[in-house]
Amino acid sequence: MSETVQSIVKDFIIENFRFGDTSFEIGGAESLIENDVIDSTGVLELVAFLEERFDITLVDADIVPANLDTLDRIAAFVERKMHGDRAAA
Amino acid sequence: MCGLVGWFGGGGRDAESVALATRMTRAIAHRGPDESGVFVDAGVGLGHARLSIVGLGDGGQPMALPEAELMLVFNGEIFNHVELRRDLEARGRRFRTGSDTEVILHLYDELGEACLERMNGDFAFALWDGRRRRVMLARDRMGVRPLYYTTQGGRLWFASEVKALLEAPGVEAAVDPIALDQIFTLWAPIAPRTPFRDIFELAPGEAAIADETGMRRWTWWSLDFPDAGDVDRERSEATMAAELRALLTEATRIRMRADVPVGAYLSGGLDSSIVSALAVDMTPEKLNTFSVAFDSAEHDESPFQQAMAEAIGTRHETILCRSGDIARVFPDVIAATERPILRTAPAPLFLLSGLVRERGMKVVLTGEGADEVFAGYDLFREAKVRRFCARQPGSTARPLLFRRLYPWLPGVQQQSADYLAAFFGTAPESLADPLHSHRPRLKGTAATKMFFSADLKAEIGGYDAAGEMIGFLPERFGRWHPLHQAQYLETRFLLPGYILSSQGDRVAMAHAVEGRFPFLDHRVVEFAAKLPPGVKLKGLEEKHILRAATRDLLPDMIAKRPKQPYRAPDSASFFGAGETAAVAAALGESALATSGLFNAKAVGRLVEKCRATSDGGFRDNAAFVGILSTQLWADRFTARRAVADRAA
Repeated sequence: MSETVQSIVKDFIIENFRFGDTSFEIGGAESLIENDVIDSTGVLELVAFLEERFDITLVDADIVPANLDTLDRIAAFVERKMHGDRAAA
Repeated sequence: MCGLVGWFGGGGRDAESVALATRMTRAIAHRGPDESGVFVDAGVGLGHARLSIVGLGDGGQPMALPEAELMLVFNGEIFNHVELRRDLEARGRRFRTGSDTEVILHLYDELGEACLERMNGDFAFALWDGRRRRVMLARDRMGVRPLYYTTQGGRLWFASEVKALLEAPGVEAAVDPIALDQIFTLWAPIAPRTPFRDIFELAPGEAAIADETGMRRWTWWSLDFPDAGDVDRERSEATMAAELRALLTEATRIRMRADVPVGAYLSGGLDSSIVSALAVDMTPEKLNTFSVAFDSAEHDESPFQQAMAEAIGTRHETILCRSGDIARVFPDVIAATERPILRTAPAPLFLLSGLVRERGMKVVLTGEGADEVFAGYDLFREAKVRRFCARQPGSTARPLLFRRLYPWLPGVQQQSADYLAAFFGTAPESLADPLHSHRPRLKGTAATKMFFSADLKAEIGGYDAAGEMIGFLPERFGRWHPLHQAQYLETRFLLPGYILSSQGDRVAMAHAVEGRFPFLDHRVVEFAAKLPPGVKLKGLEEKHILRAATRDLLPDMIAKRPKQPYRAPDSASFFGAGETAAVAAALGESALATSGLFNAKAVGRLVEKCRATSDGGFRDNAAFVGILSTQLWADRFTARRAVADRAA
């Protein structure tokens, strides 16, 4: 599952922040900010994408680098959210 | 105010040289539509397009001082020419004209190169010294007036704009890939580099002598600050404010000198309001003020402009910049700037200078320079907050201050403290970076280079524009207070490279309008540089001492107004009513393939993203405007690009 989330998010990043540059590579543990992949507007675009694509809701406390600054963290966060949302339902 | 052209090292007193000097002068006739003239002799040629402002009847150029075998072409104004003339006359000098041009000739005759230090003005000139058979080129302290040069065919060619150089035989326009890297990182090339390969400019405060041995350049003025610990504790803030007020009044007074009416730009902000308020009392009739209004509420400042005009009683006119206007004039704007730009902000000022010219005026005062000299830009406050955060890295409260700096940016308002700290770079080790104040801006801008084509990236290789900027910093830079370091970076690089050029001289002179900048009087600049940092940026209040010095001049609505940076709609300008044929062509696959500078597929996706989002983030907007302006620039000036030339 995490593999799938990660590849979906990576595709979004390539499309939206790298404008289709399929040669773009970033490791799962590398920072999106420090590698200049994403800026402050970009985080909001990422949040909107995650909410829509995975049918989850991010509250303000969720929008922190600890959850969203690497592909690994995003995948783990989205899984937690989806699992949590289902558990709560 | 005018335009100059010329050469050294060839030609003669012949029809061919006259025709060449005339052709070069015509290329910049927009700078000086009132008269023109040329001078040619063995080894030298000079041409001049004149905008008559001082000495209307007798200030024609090239101007000679025959007894000293001097011949001068001069662009700009020497504001203290009255005092200089008085001193020269007291020493027995006799003048033939009432112009400031003749003052330069006499000063040079007396002092040689040292004449520059006596001049208070905005100028670029070329002076032929027939006795010594050499040409002196010089540019003003802050870089208000431009001066470009190149060598070709054994001659040194020089001109106020690159267009004139391109008339010289053998001089061709080609892209300088390193300059593009600089623009897409620093917003402007670092002088002497220009976007044109092998065409250079004198840096602000530089001069050069060309003679038979070659060309020697030197810096005759540079911005300096006291050591960080060397704080003035003697004078009270009230005393400093009073001194500043006197200096500003004097700087404005000598900038009212002209034989034609002087008007003013009124943006609705603090700086232009101060200048206009000072100028009102010095204008015999009503002061004419001019403003740009926008049809987008986010950018429009017209209520403040109107309030200020009413408060000080000016004859006020506004030009409305409608959706679509920026796109309509953008190709002409780039023809004027002669360099790619990352924001559209020069376009409304191009429209505004057109209005001023339509009203028959040639000279306007503006508030430009105050943000650099008195620390008005948000960047200075941002750097201070970043330093504050770096001192307590774990704090979750300190980064929230960033929200106060950018109330209009949703990307900042909606972020957590952790993200704000990460975006703005608050790690303690960042404090050792000489570019600490500017690093977030440089990093954000440099991300736009992802759109460069593979060929262009290969040409640029591992070049580091920010690293080169560090190499230009003076040795004493490390001893200055962090605020002064940030002010130096802004004043030395962005002010002349973008604000005074693309957003200043070039869009004003496209309509033969001369801007004058009281805040950039060198006495004001030098006074402000010595002020303690804390009276310029007091807490997070920008331009504190300037506010204190001018409080009585302004209504509360202006004086207490939070700073709103001058901005124009960027990528949004080019959709809807702004989807012009010229813009579509410049961003089309064919044009992108011709220039070879950008990745066409990525640009196509960027265009669609910008079209879909009414107001994207800084990065997408800067990339869009940068790519479009580069495409228009390449199409206008370079028939073929350098990479393609070499590959062929």
